[in-house]
Amino acid sequence: MKVLVPVKRVIDYNVKVRVKPDQTGVDLANVKMSMNPFDEISVEEAVRMKEAGTATEVVIVSIGPKQAQETIRTALAMGGDRGILINTDETVEPLAVAKILAKVVAEESPDLVLLGKQAIDDDSNQTGQMLAALLDWPQGTFAYKIEKDGDALTVTREVDGGLQTVKLATPAIVTVDLRLNEPRYASLPNIMKAKKKPIDEKAPGDYGVDISPRLSVVKVTEPPVREAGEKVEDVATLVSKLKSAGAI
Amino acid sequence: MAFDAEIRAALIEQVRRFVTEKCVPIEAQVGDEDEVPQAVVDEMKNLGLFGIAVPEEYGGLALDMETEALVAFELGQTSPAFRSVAGTNIGIGSQALVLFGTDAQKEKWLPGIASGDLIASFALTEPEAGSDAGSLTTKAIRDGDHYVLNGTKRYITNANKADLFTVMARTDVDTPGPKGVSAFVVERDTPGVSVGVPEKKMGQQGAHICDVIFEDARVPAENIIGKEGEGFKVAMSVLDKGRLHISAVATGVSKRLIREMVNYALERKQFGTAIMNHQMIQAMIADSQAETYAAECMIMDAARRRDAGEDVTLLASSTKLFATEACGRVADRAVQVFGGAGYVSDYGIERFYRDVRIFRLYEGTSQIQQIIIARELAKAAKAGRL
Repeated sequence: MKVLVPVKRVIDYNVKVRVKPDQTGVDLANVKMSMNPFDEISVEEAVRMKEAGTATEVVIVSIGPKQAQETIRTALAMGGDRGILINTDETVEPLAVAKILAKVVAEESPDLVLLGKQAIDDDSNQTGQMLAALLDWPQGTFAYKIEKDGDALTVTREVDGGLQTVKLATPAIVTVDLRLNEPRYASLPNIMKAKKKPIDEKAPGDYGVDISPRLSVVKVTEPPVREAGEKVEDVATLVSKLKSAGAI
Repeated sequence: MAFDAEIRAALIEQVRRFVTEKCVPIEAQVGDEDEVPQAVVDEMKNLGLFGIAVPEEYGGLALDMETEALVAFELGQTSPAFRSVAGTNIGIGSQALVLFGTDAQKEKWLPGIASGDLIASFALTEPEAGSDAGSLTTKAIRDGDHYVLNGTKRYITNANKADLFTVMARTDVDTPGPKGVSAFVVERDTPGVSVGVPEKKMGQQGAHICDVIFEDARVPAENIIGKEGEGFKVAMSVLDKGRLHISAVATGVSKRLIREMVNYALERKQFGTAIMNHQMIQAMIADSQAETYAAECMIMDAARRRDAGEDVTLLASSTKLFATEACGRVADRAVQVFGGAGYVSDYGIERFYRDVRIFRLYEGTSQIQQIIIARELAKAAKAGRL
C-alpha cells in the first residue's frame, strides 16, 4: 500500500500568536514555524504502517513557500521515503490545496491519503473532505484507530459522544485525530540521513490549478481580554450587583 | 568537516524540543527521586544522543566540536542530571577509545556506546589522587596475556550503570608521576571489579557517582589504550575536549537561569512595580547576560579552533575556568533575584544553585585550570610563541 501524506508548515504551537496592527491577519515575521501537529500524527501513522509492513512507500507532500522544504525534511527524518514540494508564496485556501492534491494523487496513485484533520493555523478542517469529494473516494475523518482489513481499511472515528467505526474500500482518504498515536522524535542520525532523501520541486502551475483565493478575510482580531473579577463585602451586595447586571 | 547549516539547525531544534517537552516538566521529580526515568533514558537512546561524539562508521554522529557545543547548550537548559545520563558516553567515557583506540577496540565497544546499550565511564580520580592525577596508586601489573589491576577509584560518574570503564592505572610502579601510567578498557563484569553505593551529594540528583574497586582484576592485555606509559597523555586529551563540553553545558544552564530571572522579574511586583524596573535587579541580570555571552563566544571560538586542528589546551582551560565560574555567579544571582522564592524548593532555583556547583570541580577544578593556563603560557613564552 502506497501512502501519501500531505503536511503543512504552520506557526509553532508554542508561539503566542499576535494579530497584525491592520487586522488583516496574524504576524508571521520572525515567528517560529513547524509542522502542523495533526500532520505529525499522520506521518507517524504512515511510518508505523511501513514498519508493520502494511505500507510500501510513504510520500510526503507540502504546498507552501520554499521553507516548507524543512517541514518535508522533518517528515522524512521521521521515516518518510521521499518528498514533493509544491512551491508557492501565495495564500492557498483549502479548496486549492485539495485540487492540487487531487492532481498529485492522479500522478502518484496512492492507496491511501493520510491527512491531519485540520491545521492549527486556520483550523479549517476542510482539505481532507474536499479532496475526498473531488476524487470521489471514501473518507474516514477524525481517525482514532486505523486497521488494514484485506483491501479495505477499518477506521474508528472520534465523533460527538463516542466512537464510530467505518469500513472503507481503498483507495481512501483518512484524516487523523489527536489520539491516534504519539508521534516520535526523529532521531539525530535520521535527521542527518533525511538530507539525502529526494524532494521533487513543483509549482501549482505544473498541475494547472488556479489557486487564486475564493474567500476574503474581513477582519482578524485578538480575543477579548478577560476582565478582572470584583470582590464584594457580603451576600446582599452580591445579589444587588447581580441584579443590576441583569444576571438574575 | 563543516556541518550543513540546515542539518545542524534541525539537530539543535530536535534536542531543544526533547529538553523542553520531556526533561523540563519532570525536573522536580528527578531531583526528588534521584533517578532519571527509564522511559526518558530510552528516548535519549532513540534520539541518538549517546553517540553524538562517536564516528559514523561505528553508528555515531561524529559531530564536530562546534556542533557538539551547540547541542550541549541545549542539553544544559534543564537539570544537568539529564545530560549526565549520556554525558560519559558523549565525553570522557568514550573519547579515549575514539582518539586512541585500535580498530579492534573501536569495533568491539563503540557501536554499543553510540547506541547507549553500553554505558561507558571514566575512572581517573582516586581517594589520594584527585587534582594531582599523576600520583595514581591503582596498579596494573603485567602477567602473561593480562594486566592485574588493584586499587580504588573514587567519585566515578555513572559507575553504577557502567558496562565499561576507561581506567588509568600505574603499569610501571618504579616510575612515579604521570609517566608510569597507562589507560585500559575494563569491562564491568571482569571478576575482581566491584562498584560501591552511590554517594549522597549536594546536587545533580539523578546522576550518580560511586567508588570502583579493583581486586586482582585480570584485564586482557589487548585492552590497553595507546601504549604503556601513555595513559596520562590519553587522559589529558580526553579532558581537553571534555572541558569544552562541560563549559557549554554550564553555559546552557546560565542561559536557562537568565530566562528564569527575566520572566520572574517581569511578574514579581515590589514597591508597586515589577522588580525588572528596579535598577539593582537589572544590574544582576545584565551582568549575568554579559558573562554568559562572553562564555558562549569563548566556547564557540575554542570549538572552531579545535575543529580546525589547533591545540586548544590553553583555550579549553581558559574557557572552562570562565564559563563554570560565570555559571556559579549566575546561579547565585538567580537565587538573589528570586529572593525567598529562590531559597524554597518549589521554584527549582535552589536546585540549579546546588547542581551547578560541581561544574567548578570536575574535569579539573578552577584552580587546576589556572595552573594549566599559567603553565601553557610559560611554555609558549619559552618557545617564543607568546
